[in-house]
Amino acid sequence: MRVRWALLIGGLAMAMSALAIAAGESMNLPKTIEAGSSFSIQTPGSGNATLYIVGTGQVLKRDVQLGQALFFAPGSLFNAGHYLAVLVGDSFTETGAFDVVPAGKPANLTFLAKPSRLPVGLHDGITGAVYVFDAYRNLIAAPTSVAFELSSPSGTVQRRILVTRGGAAWTDMDSTAQQGIDKFVVRVGEISSTRVVGQVPGDPCGLKMTAQPSGRQIHLVTDAVRDCNGNAVPDGTIVTFTETFNGSQSTIDEPLKQGMAQVTISAHNGAMLSVASGVVMGNQIRWEK
Amino acid sequence: MKRGYLLALLLGASTVTLILIGTKWPVPSAAAYAGGESLLRSSSTPEAAAANLGDEIRMQNWDRAYASLANKAQFTEPEFVHDITGYYPSLRTYATLENAEVFPLHESADDAEMRVKLHWSTVVGTYVSTRDLHVVRNGDRWDPEWPIVKEPIVPPQVIAVNYLRWDVIYRGPGDDWGIQDVEAPHVRIVDMHPVERAEGVVILGELLNEDVVPAYVSVKATLLSKDQSPIATEGSFDKISHLLLPKQVTPFLIDFPNVAMSEVGSVRMVPSSTLVSASADPVIEIEDQQLNPAPGASLTGQLINQSGQVVNVAHVLGTFYDKGGQVVWVADEYIDQALLPQAPVPFEIHIPQDLASKVSSQRTVVATYSSGGSQ
Repeated sequence: MRVRWALLIGGLAMAMSALAIAAGESMNLPKTIEAGSSFSIQTPGSGNATLYIVGTGQVLKRDVQLGQALFFAPGSLFNAGHYLAVLVGDSFTETGAFDVVPAGKPANLTFLAKPSRLPVGLHDGITGAVYVFDAYRNLIAAPTSVAFELSSPSGTVQRRILVTRGGAAWTDMDSTAQQGIDKFVVRVGEISSTRVVGQVPGDPCGLKMTAQPSGRQIHLVTDAVRDCNGNAVPDGTIVTFTETFNGSQSTIDEPLKQGMAQVTISAHNGAMLSVASGVVMGNQIRWEK
Repeated sequence: MKRGYLLALLLGASTVTLILIGTKWPVPSAAAYAGGESLLRSSSTPEAAAANLGDEIRMQNWDRAYASLANKAQFTEPEFVHDITGYYPSLRTYATLENAEVFPLHESADDAEMRVKLHWSTVVGTYVSTRDLHVVRNGDRWDPEWPIVKEPIVPPQVIAVNYLRWDVIYRGPGDDWGIQDVEAPHVRIVDMHPVERAEGVVILGELLNEDVVPAYVSVKATLLSKDQSPIATEGSFDKISHLLLPKQVTPFLIDFPNVAMSEVGSVRMVPSSTLVSASADPVIEIEDQQLNPAPGASLTGQLINQSGQVVNVAHVLGTFYDKGGQVVWVADEYIDQALLPQAPVPFEIHIPQDLASKVSSQRTVVATYSSGGSQ
């Protein structure tokens, strides 16, 4: 019997609290708050309560004197997202929601430029993608004007002006005919980010060697190895020399040194000498002495 | 219950009896492995003398092996040991002899010729080395003569090396995710086709490093059935030269044992490359490459190390083409001895009998490893 009375009294108390919340005024929550800005929340009624604000990666707890405004200093909430406010009093609970949106002013850029190295003369070979963030690293989803600029070693500049979509913008650029380091810059307002892109020579073009007798051997040396745009092929590139004679073959994989490759190989009258680099064939020489 | 005790008692007694018999009268091989008496039989025949020498080498009982030789006055024991295990660290140094086969070539009353095939096992598989022994009668026993091959002596000299070396600095762990990292080398499969063999399907091909930086490469292949479901995925493992300098080409071979070509609808190839530190040194000349016809079809030649450093392990890969220039086979051989500067070392790569007639040309590449540096 006692238990029944206790349950009845408890139920009535909860019902009374709910009625009080329903009858009272609600919290005055802002609809949106800019990340990092100060804000205030007006609470209804009188007495003491606790306010909880729960959101993306952040939780705030404040003791509240009901009926007064509660102030939050700049930087209190800085992660953009949807937040839940819960006001818990002795006999009631009230909830509400609001959004924290990114600050309007771009403060950080994440710039992805790919590849960091590519052959010369490639159409749309370089891709740049930028993500615009506020000072608290929130992605600014609002359309923002972005300028891409690629300066090549020859001095030519490629420019693109774009507007971000969903916080990002991207573009493709061409690599130019001259090897060297490109400077790839993206600008949003007063801030910018720079990447470098290496333009490297393409496949050897017109690979040519000459042969000279060297005692009982043959000294083979290539001309300066260049690609089809006239860029010097970098040192270390493998050049394969082959001597074919009487059904027998000798090969040497020799790296370029100071732009040329040279080897000394056994001399055989009537031998066929050839040179290649990768899938590019050079000239052939028939050795007659 | 009683029968169970009886059985246990019987088994225990049998075990103790067998242990006692084994300890008192062990079989020769067990005694040899336990470090007791050797496996050796009496050297009363040339075959037995050669086989005994093989057993001593297998057990690395160098003193007894050297002592059994008839021509030991011609060389020292260390020279004999180095002839077998290598003068410089090489594949031989880390090989263990599995067994030695003896084949009589010629025999008279006082001497004989025996061919000994030594089957070695190494981390990269097995290899066979062959030595022809002259065996001489010495009273009532036979003594083998070891055909010593002395290592060529490289004259003291200074060899200036100015080849390129590439070092790489990768992005650090604290860098922002948008910060550029060094680009992986661009590699391309320039040839690929599947071949059906008795053991299964084999994927053959060639991979080119078309970049200006060195690449550590590997290739994976996935066989897809006609309804595009995967049958199996395999990698090239060591049937590839993993380190490719700029514009270098390597063959690759990927084995799919127990798969029939009729099951395969298509093949998905995934070449991968990583930018690594590397050196353009050493340069290895591959001289006198000869395609030898069947029977015993092979590619032979010799390697000459043109650099100043000793190459400890060399891996020779041969790519064999038909008249149309299509790859018909890829085969390889590990050289069991170190490559000394300017000292020619022969190699022989075997070509499958059924493919030998199709082979019209070949291309050979060498991958090297030197214990003193990365290559």
